[in-house]
Amino acid sequence: MELTLAVAIGILSASGVYLLLRPRTFQVIIGLSLVSYAVNLFILSMGRLRMDAAPILSGSDANIADYADPVPQALVLTAIVIGFAMTALFLVVLLAARGISGSDHVDGKGD
Amino acid sequence: MAIDSSLRTGPLPSIPTDFALPLLCALPFLASVFVLAAPGEKYRGAAWVTAVVAAILSLLSIALFPAIANGEVLISRIEWVPQLGLNLTLRLDGLAWLFAVLITCIGFLVVLYARYYMSPKDPIARFHALLLAFMGAMLGLVLSGNIIQLAIFWELTSLVSFLLIGYWYHRGDARDGARMALIITGTGGLALFASMLVLGHIVGSYELDDVLASGSMIVESPLYPVALILFLLGAFTKSAQFPFQFWLPNAMTAPTPVSAYLHSATMVKAGVFILTRFWPVMHDHQLWFWIVTYTGLATLLFGAYTALFQRDLKGLLAYSTISHLGLITTLLGMGTPLAAVAAIFHIANHATFKASLFMAVGIIDHETGTRDVRKLSGLRKYMPFTATLAIIASAAMAGVPLLNGFLSKEMFFTETAEFDPNVFVNLSLPIVATLAGMLSVAYSIKFVHGVFFGPPPTELEKVPHEPPALMRRPIEILVLICLAVGIIPGITIAPYLAAAVHSVLGAETPYYSLSVWHGFNLPLVMSLIAMVGGAAIYVPYYRKLRDIDGVPLTRGLVGQRVFERLLVTATNRWARHLVGAFGTQRLQPQIFVVIFLALAAGIGAAWARIGNLPLPQSFDPVLGLVWLLGGISALAAAQQAKFHRLASMILMGGAGLATCLTFAWFSAPDLALTQLLAEIATTVLILLGLRWLPKRSPISEPAPVAARFRRYRDVVLAALVGLATALASYAIMTRSAPEGISDFFLANAYKQGGGTNVVNVMLVDFRGFDTMGEITVLGVVALTVFGLLRRFRPASDSADRPEQQRMLDDYAPGSGDTVADDFLRIPALIMNWMFPVIVVVAIYMLMRGHDLPGGGFIAGIVMSLAFILQYLAGGTRWVEERLRILPLLWIGWGLLLALLTGLGAMVLGAPFLTSAFAYADIPLIGKVPMATALIFDLGVFALVVGATVLMLIALAHQSIRRPKVSGSNKPKQRMGVDKWN
Repeated sequence: MELTLAVAIGILSASGVYLLLRPRTFQVIIGLSLVSYAVNLFILSMGRLRMDAAPILSGSDANIADYADPVPQALVLTAIVIGFAMTALFLVVLLAARGISGSDHVDGKGD
Repeated sequence: MAIDSSLRTGPLPSIPTDFALPLLCALPFLASVFVLAAPGEKYRGAAWVTAVVAAILSLLSIALFPAIANGEVLISRIEWVPQLGLNLTLRLDGLAWLFAVLITCIGFLVVLYARYYMSPKDPIARFHALLLAFMGAMLGLVLSGNIIQLAIFWELTSLVSFLLIGYWYHRGDARDGARMALIITGTGGLALFASMLVLGHIVGSYELDDVLASGSMIVESPLYPVALILFLLGAFTKSAQFPFQFWLPNAMTAPTPVSAYLHSATMVKAGVFILTRFWPVMHDHQLWFWIVTYTGLATLLFGAYTALFQRDLKGLLAYSTISHLGLITTLLGMGTPLAAVAAIFHIANHATFKASLFMAVGIIDHETGTRDVRKLSGLRKYMPFTATLAIIASAAMAGVPLLNGFLSKEMFFTETAEFDPNVFVNLSLPIVATLAGMLSVAYSIKFVHGVFFGPPPTELEKVPHEPPALMRRPIEILVLICLAVGIIPGITIAPYLAAAVHSVLGAETPYYSLSVWHGFNLPLVMSLIAMVGGAAIYVPYYRKLRDIDGVPLTRGLVGQRVFERLLVTATNRWARHLVGAFGTQRLQPQIFVVIFLALAAGIGAAWARIGNLPLPQSFDPVLGLVWLLGGISALAAAQQAKFHRLASMILMGGAGLATCLTFAWFSAPDLALTQLLAEIATTVLILLGLRWLPKRSPISEPAPVAARFRRYRDVVLAALVGLATALASYAIMTRSAPEGISDFFLANAYKQGGGTNVVNVMLVDFRGFDTMGEITVLGVVALTVFGLLRRFRPASDSADRPEQQRMLDDYAPGSGDTVADDFLRIPALIMNWMFPVIVVVAIYMLMRGHDLPGGGFIAGIVMSLAFILQYLAGGTRWVEERLRILPLLWIGWGLLLALLTGLGAMVLGAPFLTSAFAYADIPLIGKVPMATALIFDLGVFALVVGATVLMLIALAHQSIRRPKVSGSNKPKQRMGVDKWN
């Protein structure tokens, strides 16, 4: 399980980083999304992996050892929403840059 | 060493130290600000304010003498960060007192003088404000009882002197001179600061008292050479010692009162001041002797020699100043107590005669319009008083008996003539000293003879006459001091000199005699040789010396030119080469470097700690299958992103889906929901944007070698990053979790937050403030997107209708925007019908969020998707004819609601965003949790709806407006539904 997730995080970040280094804005935006998947999974894994232990309490007398760590989850939830906002902003900036410079190169010039 | 104030005796015991010293230091700065705030920059009253302040300061410092006359030290300490040894400590002893009196009294005379010197056209308020600030900086420097503070005031003097030298900043030479002075002395100041840190490190304290009491600790420290070199760099640059002397002549572009003040008594004396200040704890070392003595000696000779060849009178005085500073430095370098006495004595003497000479030159300049020695001649007949004063001061400069310069020079000769076992030292010191003495006699004669004697001047534009009597008065006072000290030193200077000497030498204070006549001895012979030799140099060559400008032979090797070439080379050429070699405006290399460094730092930090990785314990084939597909999707998305954007985006969605399943798998249902919904919204967003990107098709011929190399290089880096993150996460996941704060949330979510969904309770309650910030960011981003798109201009090649739509036009003319009607009629109908269902789901998600997976974020995105589906099904116009969404209002109300919930808690006396909860018993439905957090979540919900819808719709509207193509001037044709644009 741990190995599967670790490999997944590795593949996601490798593909994402490769795309971040590419010259086209569209490649970068896809890369950014892939990297944020990797990062979100990585943060989640900081709480260690638990199955069937969602942090939904059964009542006031719940045993806290029965539940997964809620802190990384709260952080990742925030990260997903901010990631969405970032993607939107980046998309609009890249469209504006493309409109002004006529190019979709990250430097705004070249073809 | 500090004595109790009750022990002090004197005529003015009423001035408490804790008041007098801070006043001495702070008053000039306060007055400076006051003068700057004066109405109009030509405000003449500024001179009065400055004069009054300078007079008060002079009297105050003079009045403090009884308190330190017998070797006492006054200390006033204001603590700032005592743990770090950072205090504002003001410390007055004999040496500091001597300097404080020189600074304030000569400052006062300079202000009087400037009153007549400065033109009414000059911005006089700025002049006086800067003069006061400089006085404050100098006083702060000499009164510093903390060596860090000393370095700070030191830099402050450099900074203010920069502004003073560049006072006439409309003149290029003033700007150049000021810049050069700042660079040289400022760099030296940094070196001094570093040396102070080293000294503080060696001694273990930054208090000057502790440093001075450290005995031989500094000299014996292995760090001594480092500290010494840095220290001397600071002192030598400030006091214009060879080879840093060249800034001083260039600083002569300052107004003459500034030169009279800065370059006689204050600024340049700061260097010899700290040499004297630290002399007791640093001089006892061979390194000190050789460097300081011979730098001083070289400066002494060089300055005197160069002064002889100056045409500009201020240039002559500047080089003479350099030479005299060299003399003082030499004395300090010799390391004997008697030499230190002579140095302190000469500091005071030089300040008086050199200040008066600068002022005299200012008068000559003022009355004749020139300082060029070739044009001046025979002025004695036109301004006899000024001539007499200048002649006496020059005689003091040359070391003529019965003047103060003679006494200290005689002491200098005595010291150089002392026997030294080293033959080189034994010979070089007296010979160079005599030679420099001859030269200084020669340039003094040149000054006096060239300006005041000879035939009447012919090249002057106006007939010179005596200046106003008050302009002469400061010079008269200074010359009177020169005479009084020279004739009756025992009465005039002895007690003050004794106090200053005692504060430096303490118990080592030697016996010294200030009497004028010591009998016919070697120093007197040296003086006589200097007198006769000086005349012998001048008389045969005086016509040649009059016309020459600059030193023969070495004229090309001017420090200034070396400096300027270095400046151009280092700050321009090298900088450009560096930028050319290492800098780039291109983003790709920058990102590469950032990622590379991050990887290197991560590996560096983790290398030793990663330990042995355990073998995998379990393998889940389903999860493996999910990630087999997810991984392939990610890799394929990376591979396809260049030419097949749509495919790449779909593949990215595959990876996102795998991520979403993983969240669900590992007990994070909220995350799974949010991820899924955000994924949908992102996909719609990117789909809307794709239309504006250029068409790009694969090229058949192979890419150039450079491009392929870059690609492989990036593959390698990406693979390394992937490997590193995989290893790191595996290493962490296979260890047990440390004790964290998680248990607190699990234990208290229900008791304190009133909800069973811990993640949601954390978001809206425990970390509510954080969420508040987050939704603000989301709102700002949405508004930014909206704002950017209002000014959006598509590139010319994507302004037309897309190829697919044009094909459709050919096939079925008039179908236009209602693609859905033609192709997606049934799905569109379903989407329409789903609207109320999705809205209900959204509300359900919102209501149950506190106890079960759901919440404001999730509900908000669900709700916005309901709207977006209608756009997809019916087209923009169809929706907007039926539905007014007003996302800006959603955003505003959402934020306001969240804020009001928080403020409501404050009204009730609880901290911001504290929530309260209860269970309401509603008929038919049963017990419903009612927490104020729900209202907060409602705000989050509204904002998320508004922000998401605003972004998506603003982007969608770009397709139906007929936008101005970037670069074209066609007027925008407004369409019916255009409120978005």
